[in-house]
Amino acid sequence: MAETTYTVALAGQPNVGKSTLFNLLTGMNQHVGNWPGKTIEQKVGSFTYNGTTYRLVDLPGTYSLTANSIEEIIARDFIIKERPDVVVVLVDAATLERNLYLVAELLPLPAPVIVALNMMDVAEQEGYKIEPEVLQAALGVKVVPMIATRNIGTRELVAAIDEVVHHADEYAPKRPEIRADHRQVLEEIEALIAGHVPEPYPQDWVALKLLEGDREITRMMRERMGEAGWEAVHEVLRAHDDALVAVASGRYEWIGRMIRAAVTRPRAGQIGLTERIDRWATHPLWGLLILAAILGLAFWLTYALGTPLQDWLDSVVVGGLAALMSSLLANEPLWLQGLMIDGIIGGVGTVITFLPILLIFFAILALLEDTGYMARAAYVMDRFMHLMGLHGKSFLPLFLGFGCNVPAVMGARVIESHRARLLTIMLAPLIPCAARMAVVAFLAPAFFGEAATLASWGLVALNLAVLALAGVSLNRIAFKGSLAAFIMELPLYHVPNWRTIGLTVWQHSLAFLRKAGTIILVVSVIVWALSVLPGGGIESSFLARIGHFLEPLGQLMGFDWRLMVALLTSFVAKENSIATLGVLFGAGEQAGLSELMAAELARPTGLAFLVVQMLFIPCVASVAVIRQETGSWRWALFNVALLLAVSLLIGILVYQVAVLF
Amino acid sequence: MERGADRSPIIPLNALRPHQRGIVIELAGGRGVLSRMTTLGFTPGAEVTMVQNFGHGPLIVLIRGTRVALGRGEAGKIRVRIVDRG
Repeated sequence: MAETTYTVALAGQPNVGKSTLFNLLTGMNQHVGNWPGKTIEQKVGSFTYNGTTYRLVDLPGTYSLTANSIEEIIARDFIIKERPDVVVVLVDAATLERNLYLVAELLPLPAPVIVALNMMDVAEQEGYKIEPEVLQAALGVKVVPMIATRNIGTRELVAAIDEVVHHADEYAPKRPEIRADHRQVLEEIEALIAGHVPEPYPQDWVALKLLEGDREITRMMRERMGEAGWEAVHEVLRAHDDALVAVASGRYEWIGRMIRAAVTRPRAGQIGLTERIDRWATHPLWGLLILAAILGLAFWLTYALGTPLQDWLDSVVVGGLAALMSSLLANEPLWLQGLMIDGIIGGVGTVITFLPILLIFFAILALLEDTGYMARAAYVMDRFMHLMGLHGKSFLPLFLGFGCNVPAVMGARVIESHRARLLTIMLAPLIPCAARMAVVAFLAPAFFGEAATLASWGLVALNLAVLALAGVSLNRIAFKGSLAAFIMELPLYHVPNWRTIGLTVWQHSLAFLRKAGTIILVVSVIVWALSVLPGGGIESSFLARIGHFLEPLGQLMGFDWRLMVALLTSFVAKENSIATLGVLFGAGEQAGLSELMAAELARPTGLAFLVVQMLFIPCVASVAVIRQETGSWRWALFNVALLLAVSLLIGILVYQVAVLF
Repeated sequence: MERGADRSPIIPLNALRPHQRGIVIELAGGRGVLSRMTTLGFTPGAEVTMVQNFGHGPLIVLIRGTRVALGRGEAGKIRVRIVDRG
């Protein structure tokens, strides 16, 4: 095809509605992956307009383009190295002043910029009167007013993109200039680095970033120029170590001029919704109670809605499938029946019954994030996190951990200090993830009947207590050091966008099903194979041999070999322990796993098993991301060893105490 | 009583009381912290309004139309001149 494809990058600060706009433009034509070599999510989609196809790349949400975080480096590297045909920068009209900071950083870069002025309705509610045409004239780039949540302005934005790519030569932005008192030093630096700046970096931009003390650019130029050449630049920079603040002030002065031209605020400062909610939500006492209530409600909803659905899936869908398969395969060899029914349906089927619980939890999480509440949760938790030498921001990734520990470990990136990030990562696997909670939801009724809910809460509380203790002690022993800076935006509350939430849940569910379809399928089959080979029944199988070898250790907790094997397989994926127990206890059409276990195992054993299961070593996926995020096996192995010791010790303790009663 | 802006006292941001306003005079701190503060709008000359300050724990300020949560220590590194008494 002769038709050309243009690349459009979507930039914006956090909380401006970037995913809403991305979803609006691309619909289902999107692909979620990772940035090359990074664990940051990358969304790429496409749309067509007037017969032209546009590839839309969602850049990570960033406040600026200075190398403070991986997100910022990804965003600016993409613009500089991949040269998108247009950069659409989405800005929140209600917080225009701060949002234009990113625009001020984007304009000096080589790609043409379009400003999409989102949330015009919120800005109006807040009392701002914005004139987009005036802003457009002042900036020298196209400004498109929009309300993405109501699909207003999308068509105009697409038309603007189309016009800019087809008339690229007409692009003439009015770029912000550095404050007068630093103009001379900027020119000096530019003269010194001339000829040393590698392609495709713009020379004046590199000079500006050097003046700002940008780590990446400083390292790059230092390598390029060699010690001798660099010395002269370094000399100039050292004489102007206040330049960082001056450059930022210069940008805000420029923004001030734009704002004065295009924005009026006849009635300022009436008490908005956000302020009214925050009087309660960020209060040191009420805020905590509200957080506790929200968390309680979230878990209650997850399990109240999820458990019946889970039971239904288990009995009707999985049970039905197993029954159907056994009648279909009645005349086939026994090993094939075993593989299909016990190995595949028994393993993967049970795991798929977790889907409702995961789905509901991810939906609630996305809702809390989208409304703007999460930042408040971080704020009220700040003083508690201080006890562990962490601050409020660490609460966010840890909370994510209730869904899955993998995003929790990766989410620790929002924490700027290396030490605090490391500690958060070490603690994240102690948060009971949805998979572990699903195992508990499945087994607790078997051992505790009516008191199952209470027992589940107790198990969660135990995990959190261990987390707090581990946090305090690790902080004392291994992570001595100063606290990181706590600065974060508290976005305005807004009505959630159901489409955005729906798509988030959809993507998470797909990722889980893909995992269930691959890793868990393979493990289920391996466990099944190990449980029937070398032949002669499960009691003499390879799996039984491994279990028997570990049984002496298990005895301390009242475990037989089957429970030890279940624990081992949970290392691959937490939800595997159910699948494994299903195979080992011979659960099938006659009796469900929970009845079988309730009949065979004493209550102290059941309790100890649940405790160990909740605290056990992180799953393979978590270990892999811990290795990746900490950059060394040392921390990943330390974490495994720590949790192994903690879980077994507490398991033994719980069992030995429980048998006394 | 209205005082001349240049004669008002200069205090650390964490000493500003709720509803009080101040003008940022100077910032201290390492490069990383400074960069994040300035990005969010804490530059000399910017007006800040204290939204929540209980005298302990983190605080919330309004700066350039945005609510920003700050640790007590971080707020202590920003010095402001009081604009009026709330």
